[in-house]
Amino acid sequence: MITIEHLKVQFGETVVLKNVDIQIANGEVVVLIGPSGSGKSTFLRCLNFLVRPVEGKITLDGVVVDAKTVSKREIDRMRLKTAMVFQNYNLLKNKTAIQNIMEPMVTVQRMNKKEAEAVAVSLLEKVGLLHKRDAYPKELSGGQQQRIGIARALAVNANVILFDEPTSSLDPELVGEVLGVIKQLVAEHNKTMLIVTHEMKFAREVADRILFLEDGGITAMGTPQEIFENCSNERIKRFINTINSN
Amino acid sequence: MNFDVLWFVNLFPIVLPALELTINMSLMSLVLTVLLSVFISIIRHFRVWGLSQFFGVYITFFRATPLVAQLFILYFGLPSIIPAMKSMSAFQTTVLALTLNTSAFMAETLRAAIESVDGGQLEACYSMGMTRYQTMVRVVLPQAFVVALPSLGNQFIGIIKGTALGFTVGLADIMAKAKIAAALDLRFFEAYLCVTLIYLVSVVCVEKIQGILERRLQKFC
Repeated sequence: MITIEHLKVQFGETVVLKNVDIQIANGEVVVLIGPSGSGKSTFLRCLNFLVRPVEGKITLDGVVVDAKTVSKREIDRMRLKTAMVFQNYNLLKNKTAIQNIMEPMVTVQRMNKKEAEAVAVSLLEKVGLLHKRDAYPKELSGGQQQRIGIARALAVNANVILFDEPTSSLDPELVGEVLGVIKQLVAEHNKTMLIVTHEMKFAREVADRILFLEDGGITAMGTPQEIFENCSNERIKRFINTINSN
Repeated sequence: MNFDVLWFVNLFPIVLPALELTINMSLMSLVLTVLLSVFISIIRHFRVWGLSQFFGVYITFFRATPLVAQLFILYFGLPSIIPAMKSMSAFQTTVLALTLNTSAFMAETLRAAIESVDGGQLEACYSMGMTRYQTMVRVVLPQAFVVALPSLGNQFIGIIKGTALGFTVGLADIMAKAKIAAALDLRFFEAYLCVTLIYLVSVVCVEKIQGILERRLQKFC
């Protein structure tokens, strides 16, 4: 269970998130949509403290963190409970596909190499890239890199996976393979997932709940049906129509 | 032309044994330089208060003054103020001067290389729960080294040639051996040509090794 109370993020004078409150149940798949600059990615990054909120309280699996008094140790604990898939994949360039997946297991969880390798091999199989186990990131296509990124996020065995626009950097023809892997995860796992995306059809298929963010706040939320079909909010309708017509 | 080919050829067996000293000095200076410059570049990258400013002054001083002056200060000047330095040999002082001088340049090269590693990878490391130290050692430095390798090679070549200054403080390196032989028979052209050729071949070897290293390491860049 994730509980976020009065979350506020500010960069200099600019307030990026203001007073965000939300609860997310275990195993829930939440998709965040909204225009650029609305604070979706920032919201996600607050959960693993890549962005440090100025105010607010985050409770994640019993770990309670107050933004004002947060310690390094609390940040580390928070990070162990979450895993992130990045827009630009962010694979470690000096490591092969399998080493990228093994990295958190070996360095953070102190698992022995053999065990970590076995887990990594099974994850590579899951994302359909076992034949690329020894390839370096530069030898992989964007879609392949992102699938390795997803395998790496699964390797840490966190309860919460954060997807930060996982397909935004991909060529249109590669988007499908990555969305396919995420859909498979949603179907197989009972993990909590927060996904920022502009893929409306995908959002509709996987989400238990959709959040619409604008101007640093959640302005609407509901089931995919409520947001996509029965929405009375003109702003959201316009946003979805614009995205769909592109 | 007054060039004694036989004298020139016979000089090689006299000078070449001293090459071991040049190689020892170069390798020792290289290892110490790499260690010191990695340390300085990390301090400067993280802007560690106090140390960062100190090394800023150090870099300015050693980049702005000639190596030979630094060597003389270390060998002739400082021992008169710091008695502990009196026990240092000419070899040790030359290695120290080369290390301090080259580190000033190499630290800046490495700092730039560290800063060239994209922030996204750092975010990935932190999000996985890796510490700053783990991120530095396992991800940033290996990539920074590859970026910096061509200039590190340049600086190592500088070190090899810099060892020639050792003879000014009494070291019997290849330069000294050649100079002594030249002075005895007044054959300066032959002597300096001999030393030049030895340096040239040594540096070409280093370039070859550097090339192999670059090809091997750049597979991921």
